[in-house]
Amino acid sequence: MSGTWELRGKTAIVGAATAHLGEAPGYSHLEIMADAARGALTDAGLTLADVDGLFAVSMHSVFPVLSFGEYLGIQPKVSDGTIVGGSSAVYQMLHAALALHHGLCDVALIVYGSNQRTASGKLHSPSGAENLPYEKPYGLRAPIAGYAMAAARHMHEYGTTREQLAEVAVAARMWAAMNEEAFDRAPLTVEDVLGARMVCDPLSVRDCCLVTDGGGAIVMTRADRAKDLAKPPVHLLSCAGGQTHRQISMMPDLTTTSAAECGPRAFAMAGLKPADVDVAQVYDAFTINAVILLEDLGFCPKGEGGRFVGDGRLRPGGGLPLNTYGGGLSCTHPGMLGIFTTIEAVRQLRGECGPRQVADAEIALAHGNGGMFAHESTALLGSGAAL
Amino acid sequence: MTETPLQGGPDATYFRYLEAGDWRIQKCTGCGTHVFQPRVMCPACAGDAFDWVAPSGGGTVYSTTIIRRRPERGGDYNVALIDLAEGVRMMSRVEGLAPDMVAIGLPVTARLVDDDGAKIVVFDPTGETS
Repeated sequence: MSGTWELRGKTAIVGAATAHLGEAPGYSHLEIMADAARGALTDAGLTLADVDGLFAVSMHSVFPVLSFGEYLGIQPKVSDGTIVGGSSAVYQMLHAALALHHGLCDVALIVYGSNQRTASGKLHSPSGAENLPYEKPYGLRAPIAGYAMAAARHMHEYGTTREQLAEVAVAARMWAAMNEEAFDRAPLTVEDVLGARMVCDPLSVRDCCLVTDGGGAIVMTRADRAKDLAKPPVHLLSCAGGQTHRQISMMPDLTTTSAAECGPRAFAMAGLKPADVDVAQVYDAFTINAVILLEDLGFCPKGEGGRFVGDGRLRPGGGLPLNTYGGGLSCTHPGMLGIFTTIEAVRQLRGECGPRQVADAEIALAHGNGGMFAHESTALLGSGAAL
Repeated sequence: MTETPLQGGPDATYFRYLEAGDWRIQKCTGCGTHVFQPRVMCPACAGDAFDWVAPSGGGTVYSTTIIRRRPERGGDYNVALIDLAEGVRMMSRVEGLAPDMVAIGLPVTARLVDDDGAKIVVFDPTGETS
């Protein structure tokens, strides 16, 4: 690709909302999704009648976009239920941008939601019913064990330490302390992480994301319409995704994800580089995610991720504001985090984040991760000043 | 040797061999690449003809984890990714060694065991195969 993306800045996020973060006892996933959708539409100053593009995924439905469209009582012209795990919502922004740009729809609604915490207490996954005969007999505790093996390999190859991994969780908790929506805001130290119950070595329970309920939604439209809506538009500057495998045993290299390809591609599409990013929201299902993904996205060289995060850089005031809402580690993780990385990016670029607001944020990165490092998607978002 | 299964595709052939106690993987007759997990099409050259060959059994631990489990449920166990000498990777367990002693780079040797009514491939530290 030469030059920036033809669609750079041509579409924008005009509404964003979360719903039922934490615990929503007695609520179905569709109810949580619908409350998130209503919030995002209200935020945009639009109504359900305006929505003609529906992008929805869940961990609870085989036909998520059909189930959710039926629930809303709408008959969209564009329907997209692309499931690439937790990467889905970020990746669907690319599909939405294409559909909007080509006039296939005028208002795109992207939604995710789950009641997994109060319904089951663990990560809910329809993939439990999937036959994976070459892995299933060995008792892989997915997804934790897959990420644990990636962490072990990264430590082996590059000397990354558990203390460095723990720093990701500690920084996330510090940001969460400034976010009233965050599920776990209690102080957390590196020693707490190291001393916590081991789940799959080298990861302790504090290296692992939360299991919460919750939903999130964003509304997108073309930039020309976006400027007349309720909130300042957050422009989509680029979006790119890539996949490498489905099963962790088929991942070509446990220490390098497809973000090493789609990340630089997203930066090129936007005409930006990592140093231009004011605030980054990078899917942190486990502490190792942030280390490997920051390398792959180009924030530091391959192998340097542990040392890069280990010096407090990710903490408030530390130089690279990462997962400023507390991330999957401390704010929320209802199974797929992609939509929440995007919502926080939008809120930062609008200046809505109160005590955790990053000053003068004009460029934000939202990065989704699906399966066990199986699918990666990178989006760059910008305020009006970024155009 | 190229053998035609009685019926079904490469998956069925793989498990038919394994159930008979004869572990084999595919080797592309066109480009010589060993293929695992079984495929109808060679990922390297798109060829569709394969020999079913017995791996040497030798491998190396590519990565490993200890799955923590309460003692009353059976205790901790190992899950590992093994790079076979033939150049393919598979998920397995390293047995005959405490889970916390399984290290990346450890040379291992395959062994077939009965697991929940089916045969599976596990690995022992090389030189300690039971």
